Amino acid sequence: MSSTVPGAVKRPGRSQQPRRPKGRRPGGRGWVAPVLLILPTVIVIGVFVYGLIGSNIHTSLQDRHNIGPSQGFAGLENYRDLFTDDDFIYSLRNLLLYTATFLVGTLCLGFLWAWLLERKARGESLFRAIYLFPMAVSFVASGVVWRWLLNNAEGDRASGLNRLFETLHLDFLQNPWWTNERWGILAIAVPAIWQLSGYVMALFLAGFRGIPEELREAARIDGASEWQLYRHVIFPQLSPVALSAIIIIGHMSLKVFDLIMAIAGQTNYTTQVPATQMWIEFTRGDYARSAAIGTVLLLIVAVLIVPYLVSTYRQERRR
Amino acid sequence: MNATRKALAAGLAALSLLAVSACGSDSESGDTNEVEVFTWWAEGSEKAGLDALVKVFDEQNPDLKFVNGAVAGGAGSDAKNVLQSRLQNGEPPATFQAHAGAELTDYINAGQIEDLTDLYEEKGWNERFPEGLLERLKQDGGIYSVPSNIHRANMLWANPAVLEKAGIEANKTYDSLDAWIADLKKIKAKGIIPLSIATDWTQVHLLETVLLADLGAEAYNGLWDGTTDWSGSEVEAALADYSTLLSLTNTDRQGLDWPDATQLVIDGQAAFNVMGDWAEAAFQEQKKTLDTDYTAVPVPGTEGVFDFLADSFTKPVDGPNPSGTEAWLETIASDEGQVAFNKAKGSIPASTTADTADFGAYQQTAIKSWAEDEIVSSVAHGAATSVNWLTDITAAVAKFGSNNDAAELQEGLVEAAEDNKPE
Repeated sequence: MSSTVPGAVKRPGRSQQPRRPKGRRPGGRGWVAPVLLILPTVIVIGVFVYGLIGSNIHTSLQDRHNIGPSQGFAGLENYRDLFTDDDFIYSLRNLLLYTATFLVGTLCLGFLWAWLLERKARGESLFRAIYLFPMAVSFVASGVVWRWLLNNAEGDRASGLNRLFETLHLDFLQNPWWTNERWGILAIAVPAIWQLSGYVMALFLAGFRGIPEELREAARIDGASEWQLYRHVIFPQLSPVALSAIIIIGHMSLKVFDLIMAIAGQTNYTTQVPATQMWIEFTRGDYARSAAIGTVLLLIVAVLIVPYLVSTYRQERRR
Repeated sequence: MNATRKALAAGLAALSLLAVSACGSDSESGDTNEVEVFTWWAEGSEKAGLDALVKVFDEQNPDLKFVNGAVAGGAGSDAKNVLQSRLQNGEPPATFQAHAGAELTDYINAGQIEDLTDLYEEKGWNERFPEGLLERLKQDGGIYSVPSNIHRANMLWANPAVLEKAGIEANKTYDSLDAWIADLKKIKAKGIIPLSIATDWTQVHLLETVLLADLGAEAYNGLWDGTTDWSGSEVEAALADYSTLLSLTNTDRQGLDWPDATQLVIDGQAAFNVMGDWAEAAFQEQKKTLDTDYTAVPVPGTEGVFDFLADSFTKPVDGPNPSGTEAWLETIASDEGQVAFNKAKGSIPASTTADTADFGAYQQTAIKSWAEDEIVSSVAHGAATSVNWLTDITAAVAKFGSNNDAAELQEGLVEAAEDNKPE
């Protein structure tokens, strides 16, 4: 969330190795300063990230289902329990649906807006600000508002969007939103898309701006139609941007928690995802199961992030 | 060289920051006249009640210093998480709030709170609290907390004006759920919400009163000690009633909390609401008069039964100030403490010796029932089951709210009982 300039968009070209300052002998104590500089970071990250991940995995392998101390080693028992539990499978399915909708929604809208603005629409900076603004709101704050907008009352007691549909005589559009057992989770994706599309737009806009005008001119001179221009010149140049967007939105989506807590609350069944279940298990003192859910969540995010990190690492070495 | 020195300094600075933050938590204890009271009473009538208690405490113990350890948010769940990490780290407060009854099971099993049986005998509290309550508080033969207040869960709130509009006698009483359901259907036919309800825990609350009405007090108690069969036909019939009742509620329940549901009755949009007697505070705040603007009777079929829940205070093992803890517990048990707290919070005293002459009209009826009725423990509010069991029940009820599958609900409840039944 905080890295607004994704690595793959455009990097400042690496300059050659800086020359060693004159008068400095090679092989001296040159390594002391860098090691000291990174040492605090290494220690802090080592303890608070990797140390705690290790401790979490350790807890998830224990027989520790109440607030008392562990009753011994349980192996993979907790994981086996999780994956035979219908409710956990349901929450995974919800997470998958949510992520797919969130990704497709933000990418499509974000691209569309970026494309419109890129065509030198009037008042570009105004629209850019308008589209980007929702991102500045926290999920909890917007969740409180969307809780009202997505109220599932219909007819007389309708409020929010359902009321709007009624006023516009579009009654058939009224629906139970997030309380629907099968598709309820998609209603949660609506505010998420609203909030993050502007961000994806900014990414794509940066991508568009990074494509040199000469390339377009060259393509036009070669007789490419507008569609061919996009298909063979622009899109390939935008694919690293799209990848970054997928990674950033994807990992945010997999960790969704605050939005659901604000809109539906933790016990609501139709909006269960692994993160809310982790919270419920933690609150009731079932630490082993809670840790197991946390580990599963970490692995799911890792599946998305690790290949990306590996490929960026390779690209950087190639340079 | 200069760069190295700078880096060294920066590194040391960063490390010392770490060291400072690591030490920070040690330097708090010390003063033994401090009594830290850990609660989730941070606002509204609960905060007013706590303030009233503190006043009594200060009068009774001028040499002790009350420290407010309240943690707000999440209807107590945030506070419980904070409390648990403190207990696990061996830094308990002097005393903490917990629902009286089976909710304490986890703390007891983990050896985190002390048995107060001796203290009860020494201070003569056994004579002050009704026997039925003491019986409900006992776990493994010991009593682990001192109750500060009593609420009644099986209350039915109604709006007489709405009932009249639907052609139903305003002060009609019902012997059974069936008679009541018949009238609810009539109300629905008039296009009024018959029964208002809110999010998941209020649905557990409704289910609990339905089980109590259909099974009776004895079989209801049996659900929690294993003598009543969860998979039996009585429970099945009760669940069918619950299902019918839920179909007669407002459809937007998931988006509401209890004050919204009660407000529907106050505003005349709904006829009935089943809620604990903290709802009384909502009627009082809006200057409504009992028996003219609203009525409050036991849920049909639960007449003569008091479905209780209570807040209570504990004595953590290895607390920082044991004599201070006992002083606080004594304030809780004292008549002055009980009266001051409950008048402000809108509940009734747990002790039968407290002077309740100037309590409100509704509270008077509750005090009378408390002394006369059979007492059973509430599920939705931690008196009847452990936290684990309640979490499983809530999950099953929440699922039923979205898929309406009564068979699956019963299955879920049976499973929850098997996983959590006390041995």
